[in-house]
Amino acid sequence: MAVAAPSSRPLVSIRNVSKQFANGTLAIRGVDLDLRGGEFVSLLGPSGCGKSTLLRIIAGLGAPSAGTLDWPTAPHSAGGEPHPDLGFVFQDPTLMPWATALKNVMLPLTLSGVTRGEAEARSAEMLALVGLKGFETSYPRELSGGMKMRVSIARALVTHPKILLMDEPFAALDEITRHKLNDDLLALWWQNRFTAVFVTHSVFESVYLSQRIVVMAARPGRVMADLRSEAPYPRDELFRTSAEYAHLCRVASETLKQAIAA
Amino acid sequence: MSEAVHPVPHDGTDAEARPVFAEERRILGIAASTWPGIIAPIAIGIVMLAAWEAVVRIKGIPHYILPGPILIAQTLWSDWGTLSESLWITLRITFAALIAAITVGVSLAIIFTQSKWLEKSLFPYAVILQVTPVVSIAPLIIIWVGDINLSLLICAWIVAFFPILSNTILGLNSADHNLINLFQLYRASRWQTLRYLRLPAALPYFLGGLKISGGLALIGAVVAEFVAGTGGSASGLAYRILESGYRLQIPRMFAALLLISLSGIAIFFLTSWISYLLLRHWHESAIRREN
Repeated sequence: MAVAAPSSRPLVSIRNVSKQFANGTLAIRGVDLDLRGGEFVSLLGPSGCGKSTLLRIIAGLGAPSAGTLDWPTAPHSAGGEPHPDLGFVFQDPTLMPWATALKNVMLPLTLSGVTRGEAEARSAEMLALVGLKGFETSYPRELSGGMKMRVSIARALVTHPKILLMDEPFAALDEITRHKLNDDLLALWWQNRFTAVFVTHSVFESVYLSQRIVVMAARPGRVMADLRSEAPYPRDELFRTSAEYAHLCRVASETLKQAIAA
Repeated sequence: MSEAVHPVPHDGTDAEARPVFAEERRILGIAASTWPGIIAPIAIGIVMLAAWEAVVRIKGIPHYILPGPILIAQTLWSDWGTLSESLWITLRITFAALIAAITVGVSLAIIFTQSKWLEKSLFPYAVILQVTPVVSIAPLIIIWVGDINLSLLICAWIVAFFPILSNTILGLNSADHNLINLFQLYRASRWQTLRYLRLPAALPYFLGGLKISGGLALIGAVVAEFVAGTGGSASGLAYRILESGYRLQIPRMFAALLLISLSGIAIFFLTSWISYLLLRHWHESAIRREN
Protein backbone atom coordinates (compact mmCIF):
# COMPACT_ATOMS: atom_id res chain seq x y z
CA MET A 1 0.00 0.00 0.00
CA ALA A 2 1.08 3.52 -0.72
CA VAL A 3 -0.37 6.94 -0.07
CA ALA A 4 -2.83 7.76 -2.82
CA ALA A 5 -1.60 10.11 -5.50
CA PRO A 6 -3.58 13.32 -5.99
CA SER A 7 -5.75 13.53 -9.08
CA SER A 8 -6.45 16.49 -11.34
CA ARG A 9 -10.24 16.28 -11.77
CA PRO A 10 -11.94 14.55 -8.84
CA LEU A 11 -15.65 13.76 -8.93
CA VAL A 12 -16.12 15.12 -5.44
CA SER A 13 -13.74 17.51 -3.79
CA ILE A 14 -13.93 17.99 -0.02
CA ARG A 15 -11.90 20.82 1.44
CA ASN A 16 -11.35 21.48 5.13
CA VAL A 17 -14.83 20.27 6.03
CA SER A 18 -15.95 20.35 9.66
CA LYS A 19 -19.29 19.51 11.20
CA GLN A 20 -20.44 20.63 14.59
CA PHE A 21 -23.81 19.46 15.83
CA ALA A 22 -26.28 21.70 17.62
CA ASN A 23 -25.32 20.16 20.97
CA GLY A 24 -21.73 21.30 20.46
CA THR A 25 -20.23 17.94 19.49
CA LEU A 26 -17.51 18.31 16.89
CA ALA A 27 -18.27 15.31 14.64
CA ILE A 28 -15.54 15.90 12.06
CA ARG A 29 -12.77 18.45 11.81
CA GLY A 30 -10.80 19.69 8.83
CA VAL A 31 -11.41 16.81 6.43
CA ASP A 32 -9.75 16.99 2.99
CA LEU A 33 -10.75 14.26 0.58
CA ASP A 34 -10.97 13.83 -3.19
CA LEU A 35 -13.16 11.11 -4.66
CA ARG A 36 -12.26 10.20 -8.20
CA GLY A 37 -14.61 8.82 -10.81
CA GLY A 38 -15.03 5.05 -10.72
CA GLU A 39 -12.94 4.28 -7.66
CA PHE A 40 -13.97 2.10 -4.74
CA VAL A 41 -13.23 3.90 -1.48
CA SER A 42 -13.84 2.69 2.05
CA LEU A 43 -14.16 5.00 5.02
CA LEU A 44 -12.78 2.89 7.86
CA GLY A 45 -12.82 3.87 11.49
CA PRO A 46 -14.08 3.22 15.01
CA SER A 47 -17.56 4.29 15.97
CA GLY A 48 -17.77 7.99 16.64
CA CYS A 49 -15.12 8.88 14.06
CA GLY A 50 -17.65 10.78 11.95
CA LYS A 51 -17.51 8.48 8.92
CA SER A 52 -21.30 8.39 8.64
CA THR A 53 -21.47 12.14 9.16
CA LEU A 54 -18.97 12.63 6.35
CA LEU A 55 -21.00 10.34 4.10
CA ARG A 56 -24.17 12.31 4.82
CA ILE A 57 -22.40 15.56 4.03
CA ILE A 58 -21.32 14.13 0.67
CA ALA A 59 -24.93 13.06 0.13
CA GLY A 60 -26.14 16.58 0.83
CA LEU A 61 -28.18 15.42 3.83
CA GLY A 62 -26.64 18.10 6.00
CA ALA A 63 -24.43 21.05 5.18
CA PRO A 64 -20.92 21.20 6.68
CA SER A 65 -20.41 23.77 9.44
CA ALA A 66 -17.21 24.87 7.72
CA GLY A 67 -15.33 24.03 4.53
CA THR A 68 -16.53 23.26 1.03
CA LEU A 69 -17.89 20.35 -0.95
CA ASP A 70 -17.64 20.58 -4.74
CA TRP A 71 -18.49 18.43 -7.71
CA PRO A 72 -15.90 19.80 -10.20
CA THR A 73 -16.96 17.62 -13.15
CA ALA A 74 -20.69 17.76 -12.53
CA PRO A 75 -21.67 20.97 -10.77
CA HIS A 76 -25.29 21.31 -9.80
CA SER A 77 -27.20 24.49 -9.25
CA ALA A 78 -28.67 24.11 -5.78
CA GLY A 79 -25.76 24.44 -3.33
CA GLY A 80 -26.07 22.28 -0.21
CA GLU A 81 -28.86 20.25 -1.83
CA PRO A 82 -28.37 16.57 -2.62
CA HIS A 83 -26.62 16.07 -5.95
CA PRO A 84 -28.92 14.48 -8.55
CA ASP A 85 -26.26 11.92 -9.46
CA LEU A 86 -25.99 9.91 -6.28
CA GLY A 87 -27.42 6.81 -4.70
CA PHE A 88 -27.50 6.09 -0.98
CA VAL A 89 -27.73 2.82 0.92
CA PHE A 90 -28.53 3.11 4.61
CA GLN A 91 -27.44 0.78 7.38
CA ASP A 92 -31.01 -0.55 7.49
CA PRO A 93 -32.69 -1.53 4.24
CA THR A 94 -35.07 1.43 4.77
CA LEU A 95 -37.78 0.05 2.53
CA MET A 96 -41.38 1.20 2.49
CA PRO A 97 -43.18 -1.74 4.15
CA TRP A 98 -46.43 -1.01 2.30
CA ALA A 99 -44.83 -1.28 -1.13
CA THR A 100 -43.65 -4.33 -3.07
CA ALA A 101 -39.98 -4.84 -3.92
CA LEU A 102 -40.62 -3.47 -7.41
CA LYS A 103 -42.44 -0.36 -6.12
CA ASN A 104 -39.63 0.25 -3.67
CA VAL A 105 -37.03 0.17 -6.43
CA MET A 106 -39.25 2.39 -8.59
CA LEU A 107 -39.35 5.14 -5.97
CA PRO A 108 -36.43 7.31 -7.20
CA LEU A 109 -37.77 7.12 -10.76
CA THR A 110 -41.33 7.89 -9.67
CA LEU A 111 -40.10 10.90 -7.70
CA SER A 112 -38.19 12.25 -10.69
CA GLY A 113 -41.23 11.96 -12.94
CA VAL A 114 -40.28 8.94 -15.06
CA THR A 115 -43.40 7.37 -16.59
CA ARG A 116 -44.81 4.36 -14.82
CA GLY A 117 -44.13 1.90 -17.64
CA GLU A 118 -40.50 2.90 -18.03
CA ALA A 119 -39.97 2.99 -14.26
CA GLU A 120 -41.40 -0.53 -13.95
CA ALA A 121 -39.22 -1.88 -16.74
CA ARG A 122 -36.02 -0.31 -15.45
CA SER A 123 -36.75 -1.38 -11.87
CA ALA A 124 -37.52 -4.97 -12.85
CA GLU A 125 -34.22 -5.03 -14.76
CA MET A 126 -32.35 -3.70 -11.73
CA LEU A 127 -34.02 -6.23 -9.41
CA ALA A 128 -32.86 -8.99 -11.76
CA LEU A 129 -29.32 -7.55 -11.66
CA VAL A 130 -29.20 -7.84 -7.87
CA GLY A 131 -30.46 -11.43 -8.09
CA LEU A 132 -34.11 -10.89 -7.17
CA LYS A 133 -35.83 -11.81 -10.40
CA GLY A 134 -39.23 -13.27 -9.46
CA PHE A 135 -39.54 -11.27 -6.24
CA GLU A 136 -41.06 -8.15 -7.82
CA THR A 137 -44.40 -8.55 -6.04
CA SER A 138 -42.95 -9.59 -2.66
CA TYR A 139 -43.40 -7.25 0.26
CA PRO A 140 -40.35 -6.42 2.41
CA ARG A 141 -41.67 -8.54 5.31
CA GLU A 142 -41.60 -11.58 3.03
CA LEU A 143 -37.89 -11.09 2.29
CA SER A 144 -34.84 -12.07 4.32
CA GLY A 145 -32.39 -9.48 5.64
CA GLY A 146 -29.97 -9.98 2.77
CA MET A 147 -32.71 -9.77 0.16
CA LYS A 148 -34.04 -6.55 1.67
CA MET A 149 -30.56 -5.10 1.42
CA ARG A 150 -30.43 -6.17 -2.24
CA VAL A 151 -33.68 -4.30 -2.86
CA SER A 152 -32.14 -1.28 -1.17
CA ILE A 153 -29.06 -1.50 -3.42
CA ALA A 154 -31.26 -1.91 -6.51
CA ARG A 155 -33.18 1.20 -5.51
CA ALA A 156 -29.93 3.16 -5.09
CA LEU A 157 -28.62 2.02 -8.49
CA VAL A 158 -31.82 2.29 -10.54
CA THR A 159 -31.07 5.90 -11.47
CA HIS A 160 -27.56 4.87 -12.64
CA PRO A 161 -25.86 7.30 -10.26
CA LYS A 162 -22.26 8.43 -10.72
CA ILE A 163 -21.62 7.77 -7.05
CA LEU A 164 -23.01 5.20 -4.64
CA LEU A 165 -22.76 6.06 -0.95
CA MET A 166 -23.13 3.15 1.49
CA ASP A 167 -23.40 3.54 5.25
CA GLU A 168 -22.34 0.21 6.82
CA PRO A 169 -24.93 -1.53 4.66
CA PHE A 170 -24.06 -5.10 5.61
CA ALA A 171 -23.24 -4.61 9.29
CA ALA A 172 -26.44 -6.29 10.47
CA LEU A 173 -26.13 -9.36 8.24
CA ASP A 174 -24.59 -12.72 9.03
CA GLU A 175 -21.11 -13.41 7.68
CA ILE A 176 -22.14 -15.78 4.88
CA THR A 177 -24.71 -13.36 3.54
CA ARG A 178 -22.29 -10.47 3.97
CA HIS A 179 -19.59 -12.20 1.91
CA LYS A 180 -22.10 -12.98 -0.82
CA LEU A 181 -23.33 -9.39 -0.90
CA ASN A 182 -19.73 -8.11 -0.95
CA ASP A 183 -19.07 -10.21 -4.05
CA ASP A 184 -22.29 -9.11 -5.75
CA LEU A 185 -21.60 -5.47 -4.90
CA LEU A 186 -18.13 -5.74 -6.45
CA ALA A 187 -19.62 -7.34 -9.57
CA LEU A 188 -22.15 -4.51 -9.90
CA TRP A 189 -19.42 -1.93 -9.38
CA TRP A 190 -17.12 -3.65 -11.90
CA GLN A 191 -19.86 -3.69 -14.54
CA ASN A 192 -21.23 -0.20 -13.97
CA ARG A 193 -18.14 1.71 -12.85
CA PHE A 194 -19.81 4.10 -10.48
CA THR A 195 -17.77 5.64 -7.69
CA ALA A 196 -18.38 3.64 -4.54
CA VAL A 197 -17.96 5.10 -1.06
CA PHE A 198 -18.33 2.41 1.57
CA VAL A 199 -18.47 3.20 5.27
CA THR A 200 -17.45 0.28 7.48
CA HIS A 201 -15.79 -0.53 10.77
CA SER A 202 -14.53 -3.87 9.46
CA VAL A 203 -10.91 -3.98 8.33
CA PHE A 204 -11.54 -7.21 6.39
CA GLU A 205 -14.53 -5.86 4.54
CA SER A 206 -12.73 -2.66 3.58
CA VAL A 207 -9.65 -4.53 2.36
CA TYR A 208 -11.69 -7.05 0.39
CA LEU A 209 -13.71 -4.38 -1.39
CA SER A 210 -11.61 -1.29 -1.85
CA GLN A 211 -8.92 0.27 -3.97
CA ARG A 212 -8.51 2.91 -1.35
CA ILE A 213 -9.06 2.91 2.41
CA VAL A 214 -9.48 6.21 4.19
CA VAL A 215 -8.75 5.53 7.86
CA MET A 216 -10.42 7.91 10.28
CA ALA A 217 -9.89 8.67 13.97
CA ALA A 218 -12.47 9.76 16.51
CA ARG A 219 -13.08 12.72 18.82
CA PRO A 220 -12.98 14.78 16.75
CA GLY A 221 -13.47 12.76 13.55
CA ARG A 222 -10.59 13.29 11.15
CA VAL A 223 -8.73 11.53 8.37
CA MET A 224 -5.61 9.73 9.66
CA ALA A 225 -4.41 7.86 6.57
CA ASP A 226 -5.27 7.27 2.96
CA LEU A 227 -4.19 3.73 2.00
CA ARG A 228 -4.13 2.34 -1.49
CA SER A 229 -4.54 -1.29 -2.52
CA GLU A 230 -3.19 -2.50 -5.85
CA ALA A 231 -4.82 -5.92 -5.64
CA PRO A 232 -6.49 -6.62 -8.97
CA TYR A 233 -10.20 -7.17 -9.62
CA PRO A 234 -12.25 -9.25 -9.97
CA ARG A 235 -11.65 -10.40 -6.41
CA ASP A 236 -13.11 -13.61 -5.09
CA GLU A 237 -12.77 -16.20 -2.30
CA LEU A 238 -9.20 -16.91 -3.44
CA PHE A 239 -8.26 -13.32 -2.72
CA ARG A 240 -9.68 -13.71 0.79
CA THR A 241 -7.11 -16.44 1.51
CA SER A 242 -4.18 -14.87 -0.34
CA ALA A 243 -0.99 -13.55 1.22
CA GLU A 244 -1.65 -10.16 -0.34
CA TYR A 245 -5.01 -9.94 1.42
CA ALA A 246 -3.43 -10.91 4.73
CA HIS A 247 -0.71 -8.28 4.25
CA LEU A 248 -3.21 -5.56 3.38
CA CYS A 249 -5.32 -6.48 6.42
CA ARG A 250 -2.27 -6.22 8.65
CA VAL A 251 -1.35 -2.78 7.29
CA ALA A 252 -4.93 -1.52 7.60
CA SER A 253 -5.25 -2.96 11.12
CA GLU A 254 -2.01 -1.29 12.22
CA THR A 255 -3.16 2.03 10.80
CA LEU A 256 -6.55 1.68 12.46
CA LYS A 257 -4.88 0.87 15.77
CA GLN A 258 -2.77 4.01 15.50
CA ALA A 259 -5.87 5.98 14.59
CA ILE A 260 -7.68 4.70 17.68
CA ALA A 261 -4.66 5.44 19.89
CA ALA A 262 -4.23 8.93 18.45
CA MET B 1 -46.49 -22.64 0.52
CA SER B 2 -44.69 -19.50 -0.53
CA GLU B 3 -41.68 -21.52 -1.68
CA ALA B 4 -43.75 -22.75 -4.58
CA VAL B 5 -44.93 -19.25 -5.49
CA HIS B 6 -41.51 -17.66 -5.76
CA PRO B 7 -38.65 -18.99 -7.78
CA VAL B 8 -35.39 -19.47 -5.97
CA PRO B 9 -33.10 -16.58 -6.94
CA HIS B 10 -30.44 -17.58 -9.40
CA ASP B 11 -27.32 -16.44 -7.62
CA GLY B 12 -27.71 -17.82 -4.14
CA THR B 13 -29.20 -15.00 -2.11
CA ASP B 14 -30.04 -15.93 1.45
CA ALA B 15 -33.55 -16.71 0.28
CA GLU B 16 -33.76 -19.62 2.71
CA ALA B 17 -33.74 -17.09 5.54
CA ARG B 18 -37.03 -15.59 4.39
CA PRO B 19 -39.91 -15.90 6.80
CA VAL B 20 -42.40 -18.54 5.72
CA PHE B 21 -46.08 -17.73 5.88
CA ALA B 22 -47.98 -20.98 5.95
CA GLU B 23 -51.53 -21.14 4.60
CA GLU B 24 -53.96 -22.44 7.18
CA ARG B 25 -56.94 -24.70 6.43
CA ARG B 26 -60.11 -22.65 5.96
CA ILE B 27 -63.74 -23.49 6.70
CA LEU B 28 -66.30 -21.20 5.00
CA GLY B 29 -63.44 -18.84 4.17
CA ILE B 30 -62.44 -18.44 7.82
CA ALA B 31 -59.22 -19.97 9.16
CA ALA B 32 -59.86 -23.18 11.09
CA SER B 33 -58.20 -21.85 14.26
CA THR B 34 -60.54 -18.82 14.32
CA TRP B 35 -63.73 -20.87 14.61
CA PRO B 36 -63.59 -21.63 18.38
CA GLY B 37 -63.33 -17.87 18.97
CA ILE B 38 -66.54 -17.40 17.01
CA ILE B 39 -68.49 -20.36 18.39
CA ALA B 40 -67.67 -19.80 22.09
CA PRO B 41 -69.27 -16.33 22.48
CA ILE B 42 -72.31 -17.44 20.46
CA ALA B 43 -72.79 -20.45 22.75
CA ILE B 44 -72.51 -18.22 25.83
CA GLY B 45 -75.05 -15.85 24.28
CA ILE B 46 -77.56 -18.64 23.68
CA VAL B 47 -77.20 -19.91 27.25
CA MET B 48 -77.68 -16.41 28.69
CA LEU B 49 -80.76 -15.74 26.54
CA ALA B 50 -82.30 -19.08 27.58
CA ALA B 51 -81.63 -18.26 31.26
CA TRP B 52 -83.18 -14.80 30.81
CA GLU B 53 -86.31 -16.26 29.19
CA ALA B 54 -86.56 -18.89 31.92
CA VAL B 55 -86.28 -16.34 34.77
CA VAL B 56 -88.94 -14.10 33.17
CA ARG B 57 -91.37 -17.02 32.77
CA ILE B 58 -90.76 -18.74 36.11
CA LYS B 59 -90.94 -15.52 38.16
CA GLY B 60 -93.82 -14.20 36.06
CA ILE B 61 -92.10 -10.79 35.57
CA PRO B 62 -94.52 -8.45 33.74
CA HIS B 63 -93.32 -7.44 30.27
CA TYR B 64 -93.44 -3.70 31.13
CA ILE B 65 -90.69 -4.37 33.69
CA LEU B 66 -88.57 -6.95 31.87
CA PRO B 67 -89.68 -8.62 28.64
CA GLY B 68 -88.16 -11.98 27.70
CA PRO B 69 -85.97 -12.32 24.60
CA ILE B 70 -88.74 -14.11 22.67
CA LEU B 71 -91.19 -11.23 23.22
CA ILE B 72 -88.47 -8.76 22.19
CA ALA B 73 -87.89 -10.73 19.00
CA GLN B 74 -91.62 -10.80 18.30
CA THR B 75 -91.83 -7.02 18.85
CA LEU B 76 -88.86 -6.50 16.57
CA TRP B 77 -90.75 -8.47 13.92
CA SER B 78 -94.15 -6.83 14.40
CA ASP B 79 -92.79 -3.25 14.74
CA TRP B 80 -90.18 -3.68 12.03
CA GLY B 81 -91.84 -1.05 9.85
CA THR B 82 -91.37 1.77 12.38
CA LEU B 83 -88.11 0.46 13.83
CA SER B 84 -86.40 -0.08 10.48
CA GLU B 85 -87.28 3.46 9.47
CA SER B 86 -85.71 4.74 12.69
CA LEU B 87 -82.71 2.47 12.25
CA TRP B 88 -82.18 3.88 8.78
CA ILE B 89 -82.33 7.46 10.10
CA THR B 90 -79.84 6.75 12.90
CA LEU B 91 -77.47 4.92 10.56
CA ARG B 92 -77.67 7.72 8.01
CA ILE B 93 -76.67 10.31 10.60
CA THR B 94 -73.94 8.01 11.97
CA PHE B 95 -72.33 7.41 8.59
CA ALA B 96 -72.70 11.00 7.45
CA ALA B 97 -71.00 12.08 10.69
CA LEU B 98 -68.29 9.46 10.23
CA ILE B 99 -67.59 10.56 6.67
CA ALA B 100 -67.48 14.19 7.81
CA ALA B 101 -65.16 13.16 10.66
CA ILE B 102 -62.82 11.38 8.23
CA THR B 103 -62.82 14.30 5.78
CA VAL B 104 -62.27 17.01 8.37
CA GLY B 105 -60.00 14.91 10.61
CA VAL B 106 -57.64 13.82 7.84
CA SER B 107 -57.63 17.26 6.15
CA LEU B 108 -56.85 19.03 9.42
CA ALA B 109 -54.16 16.46 10.24
CA ILE B 110 -52.49 17.07 6.87
CA ILE B 111 -52.72 20.85 7.27
CA PHE B 112 -51.32 20.61 10.82
CA THR B 113 -48.33 18.55 9.75
CA GLN B 114 -47.56 21.01 6.94
CA SER B 115 -47.65 23.99 9.25
CA LYS B 116 -46.55 23.79 12.87
CA TRP B 117 -48.06 27.23 13.48
CA LEU B 118 -51.50 26.20 12.36
CA GLU B 119 -51.26 23.10 14.54
CA LYS B 120 -50.18 25.12 17.56
CA SER B 121 -52.99 27.64 17.07
CA LEU B 122 -55.84 25.26 16.26
CA PHE B 123 -55.13 21.98 18.04
CA PRO B 124 -56.11 23.26 21.53
CA TYR B 125 -59.56 24.08 20.18
CA ALA B 126 -59.92 20.59 18.77
CA VAL B 127 -59.09 19.30 22.25
CA ILE B 128 -61.67 21.63 23.84
CA LEU B 129 -64.27 20.39 21.38
CA GLN B 130 -63.36 16.84 22.30
CA VAL B 131 -63.47 17.18 26.09
CA THR B 132 -66.74 19.12 26.22
CA PRO B 133 -69.57 16.59 26.75
CA VAL B 134 -71.73 16.61 23.66
CA VAL B 135 -74.89 16.42 25.81
CA SER B 136 -74.11 19.85 27.20
CA ILE B 137 -73.62 21.57 23.85
CA ALA B 138 -76.26 19.69 21.86
CA PRO B 139 -79.14 22.01 22.92
CA LEU B 140 -77.11 25.05 21.79
CA ILE B 141 -76.30 23.46 18.47
CA ILE B 142 -79.94 22.57 17.92
CA ILE B 143 -81.01 26.17 18.67
CA TRP B 144 -78.33 27.71 16.46
CA VAL B 145 -78.52 25.36 13.51
CA GLY B 146 -82.29 25.00 13.39
CA ASP B 147 -82.39 22.00 11.09
CA ILE B 148 -82.63 19.01 13.38
CA ASN B 149 -80.91 16.46 11.14
CA LEU B 150 -78.00 18.79 10.55
CA SER B 151 -77.76 19.44 14.31
CA LEU B 152 -77.61 15.73 15.04
CA LEU B 153 -74.99 15.32 12.36
CA ILE B 154 -72.85 18.06 13.87
CA CYS B 155 -73.13 16.56 17.36
CA ALA B 156 -72.16 13.10 16.14
CA TRP B 157 -69.31 14.62 14.15
CA ILE B 158 -67.94 16.48 17.19
CA VAL B 159 -67.79 13.21 19.12
CA ALA B 160 -66.29 11.21 16.24
CA PHE B 161 -63.69 13.40 14.66
CA PHE B 162 -61.04 13.74 17.37
CA PRO B 163 -59.64 10.18 17.38
CA ILE B 164 -59.21 10.40 13.62
CA LEU B 165 -57.51 13.79 13.89
CA SER B 166 -55.10 12.90 16.67
CA ASN B 167 -54.27 9.45 15.32
CA THR B 168 -53.67 10.73 11.81
CA ILE B 169 -51.38 13.49 13.10
CA LEU B 170 -49.41 10.87 15.02
CA GLY B 171 -49.26 8.68 11.91
CA LEU B 172 -48.16 11.45 9.57
CA ASN B 173 -45.32 12.28 11.96
CA SER B 174 -44.15 8.72 12.43
CA ALA B 175 -42.67 8.03 9.01
CA ASP B 176 -39.24 6.34 9.24
CA HIS B 177 -36.59 9.08 9.54
CA ASN B 178 -34.26 7.34 7.13
CA LEU B 179 -37.07 7.18 4.58
CA ILE B 180 -37.62 10.91 5.07
CA ASN B 181 -33.88 11.35 4.40
CA LEU B 182 -34.21 9.20 1.31
CA PHE B 183 -37.03 11.35 -0.03
CA GLN B 184 -34.93 14.44 0.71
CA LEU B 185 -32.04 12.80 -1.14
CA TYR B 186 -34.20 12.42 -4.25
CA ARG B 187 -35.39 16.01 -3.81
CA ALA B 188 -39.02 14.95 -3.42
CA SER B 189 -41.53 17.78 -3.20
CA ARG B 190 -43.71 18.24 -0.12
CA TRP B 191 -46.59 16.79 -2.04
CA GLN B 192 -44.58 13.73 -3.11
CA THR B 193 -43.38 13.13 0.42
CA LEU B 194 -46.97 13.34 1.61
CA ARG B 195 -48.36 11.16 -1.15
CA TYR B 196 -45.72 8.43 -1.20
CA LEU B 197 -44.44 8.45 2.37
CA ARG B 198 -46.43 10.23 5.06
CA LEU B 199 -49.91 9.15 4.03
CA PRO B 200 -49.08 5.43 3.68
CA ALA B 201 -47.15 5.57 6.96
CA ALA B 202 -50.17 7.18 8.63
CA LEU B 203 -52.63 4.60 7.33
CA PRO B 204 -52.45 2.12 10.27
CA TYR B 205 -52.83 4.97 12.75
CA PHE B 206 -55.74 6.46 10.82
CA LEU B 207 -57.46 3.08 10.73
CA GLY B 208 -56.99 2.73 14.48
CA GLY B 209 -58.72 6.08 14.88
CA LEU B 210 -61.45 5.05 12.45
CA LYS B 211 -62.31 1.99 14.55
CA ILE B 212 -62.84 4.20 17.60
CA SER B 213 -64.65 6.92 15.67
CA GLY B 214 -67.08 4.48 14.05
CA GLY B 215 -68.50 3.55 17.45
CA LEU B 216 -68.32 7.14 18.68
CA ALA B 217 -70.29 8.44 15.69
CA LEU B 218 -73.14 6.09 16.58
CA ILE B 219 -72.98 7.07 20.26
CA GLY B 220 -72.91 10.74 19.26
CA ALA B 221 -75.91 10.34 16.98
CA VAL B 222 -77.93 8.52 19.67
CA VAL B 223 -76.98 10.89 22.50
CA ALA B 224 -77.76 13.97 20.41
CA GLU B 225 -81.12 12.54 19.49
CA PHE B 226 -81.93 11.90 23.15
CA VAL B 227 -81.27 15.57 23.80
CA ALA B 228 -83.22 16.70 20.76
CA GLY B 229 -86.09 14.30 21.43
CA THR B 230 -87.65 15.01 18.07
CA GLY B 231 -91.09 13.75 17.24
CA GLY B 232 -92.79 13.41 13.92
CA SER B 233 -91.92 11.35 10.93
CA ALA B 234 -88.13 11.49 10.82
CA SER B 235 -87.11 10.01 14.16
CA GLY B 236 -84.19 7.73 14.91
CA LEU B 237 -83.80 4.85 17.33
CA ALA B 238 -83.09 7.05 20.35
CA TYR B 239 -86.45 8.71 19.91
CA ARG B 240 -88.11 5.29 19.71
CA ILE B 241 -86.53 4.42 23.05
CA LEU B 242 -87.77 7.66 24.65
CA GLU B 243 -91.22 7.18 23.14
CA SER B 244 -91.44 3.54 24.28
CA GLY B 245 -90.41 4.65 27.76
CA TYR B 246 -93.27 7.18 27.97
CA ARG B 247 -95.76 4.60 26.73
CA LEU B 248 -94.39 1.72 28.82
CA GLN B 249 -93.76 -0.28 25.61
CA ILE B 250 -90.70 -1.88 27.15
CA PRO B 251 -90.38 -4.74 24.62
CA ARG B 252 -90.14 -2.13 21.89
CA MET B 253 -87.55 -0.22 23.89
CA PHE B 254 -85.48 -3.36 24.11
CA ALA B 255 -85.92 -3.98 20.39
CA ALA B 256 -84.63 -0.47 19.60
CA LEU B 257 -81.77 -0.96 22.04
CA LEU B 258 -80.92 -4.24 20.35
CA LEU B 259 -80.81 -2.50 16.96
CA ILE B 260 -78.42 0.16 18.32
CA SER B 261 -76.12 -2.52 19.74
CA LEU B 262 -76.21 -4.51 16.51
CA SER B 263 -75.42 -1.36 14.53
CA GLY B 264 -72.44 -0.67 16.77
CA ILE B 265 -71.17 -4.22 16.36
CA ALA B 266 -71.67 -4.05 12.59
CA ILE B 267 -69.76 -0.75 12.40
CA PHE B 268 -66.93 -2.25 14.44
CA PHE B 269 -66.68 -5.27 12.18
CA LEU B 270 -66.90 -3.11 9.07
CA THR B 271 -64.06 -0.83 10.17
CA SER B 272 -61.98 -3.81 11.35
CA TRP B 273 -62.51 -5.51 8.02
CA ILE B 274 -61.53 -2.40 6.06
CA SER B 275 -58.45 -2.12 8.26
CA TYR B 276 -57.52 -5.74 7.63
CA LEU B 277 -57.98 -5.39 3.86
CA LEU B 278 -55.74 -2.33 3.70
CA LEU B 279 -52.99 -3.60 5.99
CA ARG B 280 -52.89 -7.34 5.44
CA HIS B 281 -49.85 -7.23 3.14
CA TRP B 282 -47.55 -5.25 5.31
CA HIS B 283 -48.56 -4.11 8.75
CA GLU B 284 -47.65 -6.14 11.83
CA SER B 285 -51.16 -5.72 13.27
CA ALA B 286 -52.72 -7.60 10.35
CA ILE B 287 -50.14 -10.39 10.18
CA ARG B 288 -50.47 -13.64 12.07
CA ARG B 289 -47.37 -14.78 13.90
CA GLU B 290 -46.01 -18.19 12.98
CA ASN B 291 -44.97 -19.50 16.35
